[in-house]
Amino acid sequence: MTDTRVDPAEGFSVESLAANPRQARKERLIRDSLGATALVSVLISGLIIWSLFSEAWTFMVEVDWGAVWDIGWFPRRGIYDIKTLIVASLIITGIAMIVAGPLGLGAAIYLSEYARPGVRRTLKPILEILAGIPSVVLGFFALEWIAPNVVKTLFGGPAAGSLLAAGIGVGVLVVPLVASISEDAMKAVPMSLREASSGLGARKITTTVRVVLPAAVSGLMAAFIVAISRALGETMVVFMAGGAAQTAVYTHDPLDGSLTMTAGMTSLARGTDSVVGEGLTFQSLFFVGLVLFIVTFGLNLVADRFVHRVREQY
Amino acid sequence: MAKARLIGDRTNKMMVQAMERRATDVRGRVFQITLLTTLLISLFILGVLIVDVVVDSWGVLTGRPGGFLAGTMRSLSDDPKLGVHQALVGTFWIAVFVAVLAFPIGIGAAIWLEEYALKNRFTRFIELNIRNLAGVPSIVYGLLGLFLFVKSLGDLTGGKSIAAAGITLAILVLPIVIITAQEAIRAVPQGLKEGAYGVGATKWTMIRSQVLPYAAPGIFTGTLLSMSRGIGEAAPLLLVGAVTGRLGSNPSFFDLSAINAEAFMAMPVIIVEWVQNSGRDPGFAEAAAAAIVVLLVFVILMNAAAIFLRNHFEKKRG
Repeated sequence: MTDTRVDPAEGFSVESLAANPRQARKERLIRDSLGATALVSVLISGLIIWSLFSEAWTFMVEVDWGAVWDIGWFPRRGIYDIKTLIVASLIITGIAMIVAGPLGLGAAIYLSEYARPGVRRTLKPILEILAGIPSVVLGFFALEWIAPNVVKTLFGGPAAGSLLAAGIGVGVLVVPLVASISEDAMKAVPMSLREASSGLGARKITTTVRVVLPAAVSGLMAAFIVAISRALGETMVVFMAGGAAQTAVYTHDPLDGSLTMTAGMTSLARGTDSVVGEGLTFQSLFFVGLVLFIVTFGLNLVADRFVHRVREQY
Repeated sequence: MAKARLIGDRTNKMMVQAMERRATDVRGRVFQITLLTTLLISLFILGVLIVDVVVDSWGVLTGRPGGFLAGTMRSLSDDPKLGVHQALVGTFWIAVFVAVLAFPIGIGAAIWLEEYALKNRFTRFIELNIRNLAGVPSIVYGLLGLFLFVKSLGDLTGGKSIAAAGITLAILVLPIVIITAQEAIRAVPQGLKEGAYGVGATKWTMIRSQVLPYAAPGIFTGTLLSMSRGIGEAAPLLLVGAVTGRLGSNPSFFDLSAINAEAFMAMPVIIVEWVQNSGRDPGFAEAAAAAIVVLLVFVILMNAAAIFLRNHFEKKRG
């Protein structure tokens, strides 16, 4: 502190206004260490990409590509039919969106446009609790409740796991996600638009459907894309309730059991103590992971664009 | 002139008619009820889920709650020593790793991004990168953990150990910690910061004395949410290699040597394990439900606390 104190006899000088060098050093040190923590995230992205590519590359170079387009997913026997996994992933995602699209969007419109503040204050936290339920719990629920009570009774499917049961489970899982992003998008629509619409004599339903929804469409798109990306990457529900344990033959019937990309990886990593087996088994894990990563990464980037468009508009 | 008045009268009459017509807006009502129904369906599913889990687990939880919490993994579901103790220890240590690694790094990164970083392309890249990391499927983090902490750095972490799992999950929740902390810090009023500078505070003093105390509830909410996400996550643990079958040892909570021992268990993984065992031994479904109740108690308490805190401070600060 001494060198910042001004001696009245000498008056001010530039030196007396400068910060204490020790303090300045401390400030720089703090700034730099905080900056380093921010760089950790970049490091993590780099490590993810490096780990996926290095192992997937070995797979792509050494694999017999005939085995990547075959009858099913039997990695331990050297048959890595990626289309089995991709088709199952798409079926699950489709079913999940059929469930979560209307439920999430409806809940969002109600909370944003219709619910009185008191109602909203009670209902919204319950929806947020649903968002926090771990996916293993929904996996259990899909297998023990949805499969016998919904899939079997309504669709005549098996009471055990199936793509349909897992798809509905994933749908329930992403409902809160769709609802919260859509609601944010609708809340971002300026009140003046609604007031103008009401002023012209439009009813509530007309205002909602013809004014608010079109104005919020970018955010709604973002909600759906994020939900699709989440559904594609969801693992535990699909692994527990998807109806296939270790290997899967190609199928596109939702009432059958099969493995998605994520479930295929999990069952492979879990089957034995360490991932060993036919030559490229370990590497195939990273190949599937790379495909999943690229798809979800692309979807997230597109969703990010849509969210930004909402911000720029209003 | 007369014509204009005629039109005026007619319009007037139409308006009065329209206003006196008390027809209810049928389409509007139907629409509103449909919307409410979609919301109630979601809440109903949550209710069914909780009732289903509680009913399934009733026998275990009322019969021998203490034994279940202190017991270990067994090969038969009617074994009186069946329980979740090993899984609780594993989840406890995972939580410690998340708190020690993800919280300081995440909050530090958020402070830097909001208070220090220049608004340039590099900062935007880092922020985009963080948002993307938040959207990466959890199983991909499992692959990272398998490649990096189990295979490459196996000597350090002990291979398929609780350390490898804990670091992996800390990385997984890091983006959530950063994003929620950023939002909390962004909400700090500019006036507070300027006031601190005005009385001669340095940047760090200003952050420590004004920004962090004001943003603390928001940051705390974010850490609660990310912690509940971390302890409920199973997929990365399966890839990092949580043990299947029986676990040899049953360490106590503070046995540090267990951190990099070559075997571990965690709550979400024991649920998966028992659900799969229920195929050959149906009694395991009941044990899985009981383990779910134990996990849900923690997760829902943390989430509820986070939501309550956030709403409380939102209201207080308007």
